[in-house]
Amino acid sequence: MNLILFTFIVLLGFTSYYFGRRKAYTIQSTNKRLTALPQFYGYYLAIWCAIPAFIIFSLWAIFEPTIVKLLILSDYSNQGYLDDELNLIYEKTKALSRGQFTGEITPFIEASAEKYLSLRSIAQSSKAVILLSIIIASVAYAYKKISSNSRTREPVEKFLKAVLFTASLAAILTTVGIVFSLIFQTIDFFKVIPLFDFVFGTHWYPAKAFVRDSSEALDPTMYSDTFGAVPIFAGTFFIAFIAMCVAIPIGLMSGIYLAEYASVKVRQYAKPLIEILAGIPTVVYGFFAALTVGPFLKEIGNSMGLDVSAESALAAGGVMGIMIIPFISSLSDDVITSVPQSLRDGSYAMGATKSETIKKVIFPAALPGIVGSILLGVSRAIGETMIVVMASGLAANLTLNPLESTSTITAQIVVILIGDQAFGDPKTQAAFALGMSLFLVTLCLNIVALRVVKKYREKYE
Amino acid sequence: MNKNKEQLLNKRYKAEKRFRLYGQSAIFMALLFLTIFIFKIFSTGYSAFQKTWLIVPVTFDAELMMLEQNPSKEDLKDADYYDIALKSMADLDPNANEDQENELKRMVSYFFEREIKRELLNDPSLIGKTKDVYLTASDDLDQVFKGNYPRDLPEDQRRVTDYQLKIFDQLVELGKVESKFNLSFFTYPDSREAELAGIASSFMGSIFSILVCLMIAFPVAVLAAIYLEEFAPKNRFTDFIEVNINNLAAVPSIVFGLLGLGILLAVFQLPRSTPLVGGITLSLMTLPTIIIACRASLKAVPPSIREAALAMGASKMQTTMHHTVPLSMPGTLSGTIIGLAQALGETAPLILIGMVAFVNTIPGSPLDPAASLPVQIYIWAESAERGFVEKVSACIMVLLGFLIIMNLFAQIIRHKFEKKWS
Repeated sequence: MNLILFTFIVLLGFTSYYFGRRKAYTIQSTNKRLTALPQFYGYYLAIWCAIPAFIIFSLWAIFEPTIVKLLILSDYSNQGYLDDELNLIYEKTKALSRGQFTGEITPFIEASAEKYLSLRSIAQSSKAVILLSIIIASVAYAYKKISSNSRTREPVEKFLKAVLFTASLAAILTTVGIVFSLIFQTIDFFKVIPLFDFVFGTHWYPAKAFVRDSSEALDPTMYSDTFGAVPIFAGTFFIAFIAMCVAIPIGLMSGIYLAEYASVKVRQYAKPLIEILAGIPTVVYGFFAALTVGPFLKEIGNSMGLDVSAESALAAGGVMGIMIIPFISSLSDDVITSVPQSLRDGSYAMGATKSETIKKVIFPAALPGIVGSILLGVSRAIGETMIVVMASGLAANLTLNPLESTSTITAQIVVILIGDQAFGDPKTQAAFALGMSLFLVTLCLNIVALRVVKKYREKYE
Repeated sequence: MNKNKEQLLNKRYKAEKRFRLYGQSAIFMALLFLTIFIFKIFSTGYSAFQKTWLIVPVTFDAELMMLEQNPSKEDLKDADYYDIALKSMADLDPNANEDQENELKRMVSYFFEREIKRELLNDPSLIGKTKDVYLTASDDLDQVFKGNYPRDLPEDQRRVTDYQLKIFDQLVELGKVESKFNLSFFTYPDSREAELAGIASSFMGSIFSILVCLMIAFPVAVLAAIYLEEFAPKNRFTDFIEVNINNLAAVPSIVFGLLGLGILLAVFQLPRSTPLVGGITLSLMTLPTIIIACRASLKAVPPSIREAALAMGASKMQTTMHHTVPLSMPGTLSGTIIGLAQALGETAPLILIGMVAFVNTIPGSPLDPAASLPVQIYIWAESAERGFVEKVSACIMVLLGFLIIMNLFAQIIRHKFEKKWS
């Protein structure tokens, strides 16, 4: 129904464009000068069609469900139902009208479902009628209004500019959406679990909180010692640290080599090949870590008499490091290439070798940019999910032994939220609280890193 | 004094050489990882493109199938195939006792009944006759035949019994076991049985998600980029938008999954596990990538183009829409494709919005529950059965294939159509 209506409106839009242009041509044929190109007259009319259509569509989308619900539930008022029960009745009605209802059908619900269907059809047809009449009226009004000396280009361009501006708000809306989706659950979580216990507690057993019977009332003492996030935070930074131990030396040295030593030909092939590593999906790395690296490390460890878990922090961190190599190498490559040639020439003139120039002159000059690239790498390591979920353990151990399994913020979020979740359960809320801390940490890292890189760029531009 | 100097110089040259070597070995290490990685995936995955079939003589006994004389097409469809299927498997060893008959039955997939039915529906004249029918081997025998399954384990640690192996070896000797291209891997949906599991459902899920993502992210991102690059005044608000975009590009993907769960599913009540929600979530993720790419290519259009258009009397909007934007399109498009390739490989946010649900139907629209290729990799990688290991690798090969094609496409667009201004 909506689709038909939509197509019809699009067709109407095209027709009004056509009429607008034709009117422009008629004005032109009477030897009067136009104030804009003929197609602007067309666009002008099409906009007069689009704006009311958009407004009515959104109004309907917002108010129709609410009004229908009110009308349906007005039959049940004065019968002493609670709000929750009324909501349930409404959900049942909707399900029945869609034919998806399973369970006992009472005559009350059946009557409501019939009423619901009729209300919906009334709403739909009145929507169509109102929509079409208002659009036709507005287009007709605009059609009469345009004349040889009316302006059409300016309003059309203003409208376009407004559309462009709205689109640019999408980035802000996304950020707001992220904050909103996290903040309410997080606040609810901290109502049950004190912030102090979360930040400084050392026991993380969210599974314990799930044994609770849903009929039981919330009992805060039950959750003490359940949501202490220290092992999670420690695990996150530990795995990120292992990853950076792999990524920084290899990434930085290959960046330096590509920028300073490599011939054009080597650079031409090596750079894109290394960047392939960045394009491989993380789930593939996770599989690689779990299937190949984990068992391999375990075998080596066993042959040396060490007790290595098949899901070790080392496997996850090491593979994550491989993933981050290209980020560091290509960013530091960029940074080093943008160091002015005069610095190099000055150093060579003093008799320094190439490596001395790099170590003593170029590296210090490029340091801020390199630090920025490393920080971006850290933020990526902290936010990486699939490698940890698949290759490191899911149990939160507080350990600094890289051969044992640890867990991270991201892995815990996945563990908690995989499958069905009940909003309002402290366990689900804990995932959002973890998400909030992840968001905040990476946000700080990103802001600092982007600032540093930007400052550095300005210095040499 | 002179000797000292020479020593020092030698030392410095050695340090120089060492440093160079570090750089070379770093590059070498990175490329080595890449090679091991690709080799490992290909060497475990290539065998999944072959599938083992057992050729079993089936007697289409009308009585056992409960068929009357001269059955119609409908009768054939409703006939009972289980008994003849069971019988033909049991007939592989005339001396089998009841337990062994059961084991014989488990040598083929549980689709064997359907495979026999298809044979008869293709050729109804087979009734009363015996014909060799290709039946999908069970995944364990499939692995044995491909040599991926150790045969020398003690029997109680194997999923294949000695008896099954004996019969299987007899069949192999008679030439009744064949390996053919595994078409069902591409045409079947997911299944709990490795021999029947295919990527059709997750593939369609990926396609739908990416389409939704493209339809939302591309227009919004291009419009936003045009505004920011061409029209936005330099003020605090514009700076704020810019900071937002740069940050969003670096926010961990799982946070977008939480956004999808907390807003799209909980507030807007969109259907769970569907490519629609997945696509919207992915579009929010790719938005910054496309905006940044589009702005860069708008910036690369030289000011002289704009000035020429303005000088000819075009308005700012006309200049932008008729000249700047078309000239920037190659860069924007290749940025979009790269953003979509990232989205195609994304797993974590899709898991959070429930696209990990087991789906054994092929989705027909973005509103049907589905998985996606990377999520399928995750699901199979978590399965314990040996038959899934090669499936995971094969699925990875398909996914990497798509990513390579998309990236090549982006390169081609960039090199072929982008104008070089000098």
